[in-house]
Amino acid sequence: MTVDVSRHPLRSLTADRWAVAGGVTIVAFLLVAAAAPLLSGLAGQDPYTYDLNAVSDSGAPIGFGGGISADHWFGVEPMTGRDLFAIVVHGARTSFLVGFAATALSMLIGVVAGVTAGYFGGWYDRAISRFIDVMFGFPWLVFVIALGAIVPAAFPKQLLIILVIGLFGWPGVARVVRGQTIALRQRTFVVAATALGAGPGHLLRHQYLPNLVSTIIVYSTMTIPSMIGAEAALSFLGVGVPPPTPAWGRTIGDAVAWAPTDPMFLVFPGTALFLVTLAFNLFGDGLRDALDPRTIR
Amino acid sequence: MTTLRFLGLRLLGMAGTLLVISVLTYAVFYLLPTDPAMLSCGKPCTPARLAEASAFMGYDKPWWAQYLDFLAGIVTGRHFGSGLAAVDCAAPCFGFSFRLNTPVTELILDRAPVTFSIAAGAAVLWLIIGVSAGVAAAVKRGTAVDRSAMLLSTVGVSAPSYLVGLLGILLFGFTLDMVPVGGYVPFTESPVDWLWHLVLPWTVLALLSAAIYARLTRGQMIEVLGEDYIRTARAKGLRERRVIGRHALRNVLIPVITVFGLDLGSLLGGAVITERVFSMQGLGALLIDAVNTVDLPVIVGVTLFSALLVIVANFAVDLVYSALDPRVSR
Repeated sequence: MTVDVSRHPLRSLTADRWAVAGGVTIVAFLLVAAAAPLLSGLAGQDPYTYDLNAVSDSGAPIGFGGGISADHWFGVEPMTGRDLFAIVVHGARTSFLVGFAATALSMLIGVVAGVTAGYFGGWYDRAISRFIDVMFGFPWLVFVIALGAIVPAAFPKQLLIILVIGLFGWPGVARVVRGQTIALRQRTFVVAATALGAGPGHLLRHQYLPNLVSTIIVYSTMTIPSMIGAEAALSFLGVGVPPPTPAWGRTIGDAVAWAPTDPMFLVFPGTALFLVTLAFNLFGDGLRDALDPRTIR
Repeated sequence: MTTLRFLGLRLLGMAGTLLVISVLTYAVFYLLPTDPAMLSCGKPCTPARLAEASAFMGYDKPWWAQYLDFLAGIVTGRHFGSGLAAVDCAAPCFGFSFRLNTPVTELILDRAPVTFSIAAGAAVLWLIIGVSAGVAAAVKRGTAVDRSAMLLSTVGVSAPSYLVGLLGILLFGFTLDMVPVGGYVPFTESPVDWLWHLVLPWTVLALLSAAIYARLTRGQMIEVLGEDYIRTARAKGLRERRVIGRHALRNVLIPVITVFGLDLGSLLGGAVITERVFSMQGLGALLIDAVNTVDLPVIVGVTLFSALLVIVANFAVDLVYSALDPRVSR
């Protein structure tokens, strides 16, 4: 790892106010997601129960700000009267689950493909690099939407989303890791280990991977928000997480029709999605600057 | 000569990529356990009717034979069935939607201008905004301009386009009544209305993607400004405007164009989302309708057509790229 002796990475990270704010927000949302049933239970609500008394005959929520009251902290969903606070806090679970799982999948594939391409080189590297180019240019959203139609309904939709966005998300990290692996190949300690007769297994595990850890961490932090965004976009389009599982993207999609009459229905899940994405991006930026002093210009 | 060779190689690569993508797409969509004949067979679906429907649509053959039929159809057109029930699908035939009783090519051509208008306008805007913001941040490096441009760009990267789009509709459409709240008017019908309906979608899509380009341009510009030839240009007494606009920008644009080429796929995806937000009936709407009704020929046709679009556009980007950096084509 490129450790700057004069300044520990953790110290420069904590000195970055925006990164700290991002980190705190992430932790807060993680806690909310973990305690979702508890939080919505405080007001005696859950994201599934209809409350038709909270909406008028036309389906619009009754009362100020989309039906905000002591019972419904964020108001209610139009038509059904389901508690919006419960939907938003439970939606955090969906976002994090999909975001983390898809990122893990992408990282696994990307790192393996990148390291092996950079290490072995030759035709294998050329094939992988070409494949990465194709994947990059591929209109993946179109493909993922299309895939939703033909996978049997019995297949869990959330798992399908994790799999497809994970399988389309790896080319970025693969390319970066490949480049770094090629750079590492020239480094003295790798050359020395090779000269001492170290095999590929040892080299990859003990020489390359430890030096790629900071890149992998930074890239993971940057990938999580884009995965959360991808799931939300799919749910927004109506081809993502199916009802009644709470999902921010789907609620935002539902809010399209209600935007002029009930803007708060859009504001609450929208703010949550925006804040989480922003927090991860700010934290990731700070992390990158802290772990790689070269980027501080 | 070398340029011709470069072009030839790129064209070959393009054709190869397209072939691989189309085989994969076709295989994936036809190997999955959804029988298209079953869906259009109606109820009650007797085995005889199912077999008839299957043969009529050409689904009784193995997938690779269907794929070859599909490929041939693009060149020569296709016919389904015989006698009174026969349907024609003129070349280039990207399949036939039995549900809508229309050739897929016709459906795509009908919708493509919408998606294309959104994507092209947004791309132009985002390159202009992104590159100029990045140059400004790099030139004013370390100042408030730089810091706020970079912070804004992180905010831009984080905001989902549909969310900003919806807020834009609320503010500029409903509250201020400055722009239409949705819909699309063909250019041929009224260029002014066309522009008017697209201003907001373009701005939303461009502002968000511009953020990435602002960062990229800034980093690149800072690097280039440290190069010797920039010092030489300055030492010659050239005005700063010319140094940056002519000498530096050209080298900054090379990686920007590369990234732009890679982003074309997501540009199309962005257009799909934008269509939904602004209730425009483009390719994305066509695809989502097809997904909801399991109209397999339309799904496959639109997917392959999008891949074709992206690959051809990538080729165009490569041409620009080789014009900016003559080393590429050598």
